[in-house]
Amino acid sequence: MSKILELINVNKIYGTDVKNHVLHDINLSFEEGSFNSIIGQSGSGKSTLLNIIGTLDKATTGDVLINGKDIKSMNANQLADYRNETIGFVFQFHYLLPEFTAMENVLMPYLIKNGKVTKEIKERAEESLKLVGLEEVKNNLSTKMSGGQQQRTAIARSLINNPKIVLADEPTGNLDSDTTDSTYELLRGINEKFNTTFIVITHDRRIAEKADRIIEIKDGRINLDIRK
Amino acid sequence: MRLGLKIALRFLKSNKGQTLLIILGIAIGVSVQIFIGSLIQGLQKGLVDKTIGNSPQITVSSKSEDKRIYDYNELIGSIQAADSDITVVSGTMDNAAFLEYSGNSQSILIRGFNIDQADGIYNLYDRIEEGTYPRNESEIILGIDLKDEYSLSLNDKVNVTTFNNKSVTLTVVGFFDLKVASLNTGWGIVTLKSAQDIFDTGLAVTSIEIKLDADSVFIADEIAEGLQWKLLGDNLEIENWKAQNESLLSGLQGQDISSYMIQVFVMVSVVLAIASVLAITVIQKSRQIGILKAMGIRNSSTSYIFLFEGLLLGFFGAVFGILLGLGLSFAFTKFAVNPDGTPVIDLYINYSFITLSGLIAIVASILAALLPAIRSSKLNPIDIIRDN
Repeated sequence: MSKILELINVNKIYGTDVKNHVLHDINLSFEEGSFNSIIGQSGSGKSTLLNIIGTLDKATTGDVLINGKDIKSMNANQLADYRNETIGFVFQFHYLLPEFTAMENVLMPYLIKNGKVTKEIKERAEESLKLVGLEEVKNNLSTKMSGGQQQRTAIARSLINNPKIVLADEPTGNLDSDTTDSTYELLRGINEKFNTTFIVITHDRRIAEKADRIIEIKDGRINLDIRK
Repeated sequence: MRLGLKIALRFLKSNKGQTLLIILGIAIGVSVQIFIGSLIQGLQKGLVDKTIGNSPQITVSSKSEDKRIYDYNELIGSIQAADSDITVVSGTMDNAAFLEYSGNSQSILIRGFNIDQADGIYNLYDRIEEGTYPRNESEIILGIDLKDEYSLSLNDKVNVTTFNNKSVTLTVVGFFDLKVASLNTGWGIVTLKSAQDIFDTGLAVTSIEIKLDADSVFIADEIAEGLQWKLLGDNLEIENWKAQNESLLSGLQGQDISSYMIQVFVMVSVVLAIASVLAITVIQKSRQIGILKAMGIRNSSTSYIFLFEGLLLGFFGAVFGILLGLGLSFAFTKFAVNPDGTPVIDLYINYSFITLSGLIAIVASILAALLPAIRSSKLNPIDIIRDN
């Protein structure tokens, strides 16, 4: 399998006066179509790692290569387009737009990419909302949904542009165990069906163990890297 | 850009109270602008109309010793044809004389008019308070003030004596009121023919008086210059009201400047209001902007959101402001009235001025949105993601 993502000697230091060294010389690569989990204690640097992979944050030193291309060479618009087309984000706090309905939130990445919504994409959005079990509430404003519903809307949203990589930060963090299982099944199903690469941060040992690979981050270093 | 508009609309709709408040703020600014503008323009127009509306705005006279223009009919025709802003051209024969009536005598300016043409300038027919206008060589009309002073009545005979000691007897067939005491006591109006006869001038006039279209009174100097250059030789002199009324002009100019000042300050306060509210909106919506950026919206597109917000707020503010301003102006002409029911000040509804005020408000709103737009484009999504 080909490497879709590679991190070479990535360091992240916050602050200029008081320096906080969050990531130390991280070397990692991810294969296309793999399902990876990242575990670690709070403050270990996993979210920072995910944000750097997602191009939201910049490494202080080191390189991030996506499909062999160094993201340092991209300008702001290229990075934005890259985030829009290649990456799907599922954040811990869902981050839906409260002014828009579930359906509109799901369509938003497509709208950013194409400017207008076609009939086909609308059908696909309905389908993916159905897939995450939200067809009943698809026209609700996101503020009028439960936490679990919002989380599943965020998942449907991350998939609308058929991204190559889905980055998920605690996608099941606020969910009960039944929903956690069904959400995992959902992500795994997409991984298998579309060969989408998943990198999932989780506290849930059961979820982590189901992944193809478990990476443990401790104090900004890779402590464990197990492949099945 | 379409996405920017869509998101802007949704942001505005989701915060209706705030949106209405900003629109109201802009609308009040625009309405004050329109009301004050119309008021001042109306005031100016009224003032100009009252001062020079019923008098010639350009006068052509002769530089020759006898102060007479002989081939005047031809000249009147070519002046009339020279400029489309010229509405009335009238030749007059003015001479000083003595007026005598039952032992009283005073000096008087005998003005020989072609009555129909002079009516176009002095609004003569409407100004005749009593009797009629002079129709033949033995008739004269005098000011209403003379009637009171000498207890004159219609069809009384008066004597007019020229400086050459020629004396004629004329019948008073009417009394006029030109609303200026010096004219009401100092003028006697006869037909042009009788003035030429009384003073033995032959076919001549002493001046040619010109009235301009109401919208062109302020370019009287340019028109006069054009006439001098095109038609009049060295022996004719041309004067315009602007040269003769410098104090009135400077008064009007002062009014203009104060009107501009008021309008500029109204606009500045509107711009500041929009800018500050939109600046707050960026902070309110920074979470949403962060999410959109994480999903790959370009920095320029987030700027469009706020520019469109500015445009929409400015547009609706301008529309409501124009309606409100017109309503206010209408109410003013209805409620601020003289005892006889006419408005104290006639407002001047100038549609191009109103359109301009609206456009300025829209442009100002977009400008006010510029700073928030730049701020939003600089917003870093990681700050929002990490803060949670």
